[in-house]
Amino acid sequence: MNLVREFSKGFWRENAVFKLLLGLCPTLAVTTSAENGLGMGLATTFVLLCSNVAVSALRRLIPAKVRIPAYIVIIASFVTVVQLCMEAYVYDLYKALGIFIPLIVVNCIILGRAEAFAGKSPVAPSLVDGLGMGLGFTLALFVLGAVREILGAGSLLGVSLFGAGYVPFLLMILPPGAFISLGFLLAGMNALESRRR
Amino acid sequence: MKEITRLAFVLTLIAVGAGLILSLVESATREPIAEQRRLQTLKALKAVLPPLDNSPDADTVTLVVGTDKKGRDISRTFYRGRQGEALTGVAFKVVAPDGYSGNIEIMVGVEPAGTVSGVEILNNSETPGLGNRITEDAFKDQFKGKALSGADWRVKKDGGDFDQITGATISPRAVVKAVAGGLKFFDEHYGEIVTGGAK
Repeated sequence: MNLVREFSKGFWRENAVFKLLLGLCPTLAVTTSAENGLGMGLATTFVLLCSNVAVSALRRLIPAKVRIPAYIVIIASFVTVVQLCMEAYVYDLYKALGIFIPLIVVNCIILGRAEAFAGKSPVAPSLVDGLGMGLGFTLALFVLGAVREILGAGSLLGVSLFGAGYVPFLLMILPPGAFISLGFLLAGMNALESRRR
Repeated sequence: MKEITRLAFVLTLIAVGAGLILSLVESATREPIAEQRRLQTLKALKAVLPPLDNSPDADTVTLVVGTDKKGRDISRTFYRGRQGEALTGVAFKVVAPDGYSGNIEIMVGVEPAGTVSGVEILNNSETPGLGNRITEDAFKDQFKGKALSGADWRVKKDGGDFDQITGATISPRAVVKAVAGGLKFFDEHYGEIVTGGAK
């Protein structure tokens, strides 16, 4: 098994958001700023990493018939760990992400990786897979958040870019802006791909 | 039968393991979380109260302000800020239920004379860029120095003294109404709020 390949596939070839269009609920909802996107992405990455390792380590112990409830228990536990830690140490981000932190439990990327990869692979590749997929997801959320923040608020990571004269394109940080930005990003990526071929 | 026992056993084992990890993390984060919540309240209190040198979150009185739809009491905590022994201001939280989306929680600071020393928006889910501009200083600062009497507690669009925000009248209207309601209660129960409760 090629670990580098397992790691890098999450960024482009099998990027959860841009290629598989998975996990779109948090993707669309929290990317009102680059910081929120980054925070959500990293929280998800942590959960994905831990659940992949745990599922992979326990894969011989967990009978196939009850694997889904077992995975869900594992995932939900790690999500609660993340939630408690975020509330204790990064309170502002915790408040900004709100209900979407507990909802990481139902993010289909995490169960998807447990089912499709970690449940059948040794610990090392599962760890790398979780890290790569998670960081790919983080990248997608960060890019989407950055685009929406630049257009919708005229700033990036809270730093104002265009000075006071800029009239923000409000629509971009409202829900429709998420769909519009994602649509254009996907179109751009597909155009790039087809030109390369 | 044998298989079912095995399945149940494995699931139980995993759940016990998960429970163990969770209880460890919970006990490790319990104190930092309580501290964070306290700091948040304290930050809001310091923002709305006049200068003080006590801990207003330790000098409180809780009164019943009304009943909810089911007839249960709604209580409100009044935080008292002091300099030395002298009372410099009282802060309390009001909730505006009639915003554009969800409740708006507002911390209001009042001087003993009844003028507002500051307001702070604690929680809101108003539209970003429109309604949630109630969190900006330009909006919040216009409450400073106003008292229940001597100001018309409505937004300008309704004939009052408070600027609404362009494109968003509902959120400012809700905030103004909630703050006025809080001030009215403060006026009516001034004695209890200032002297009541264990110091």
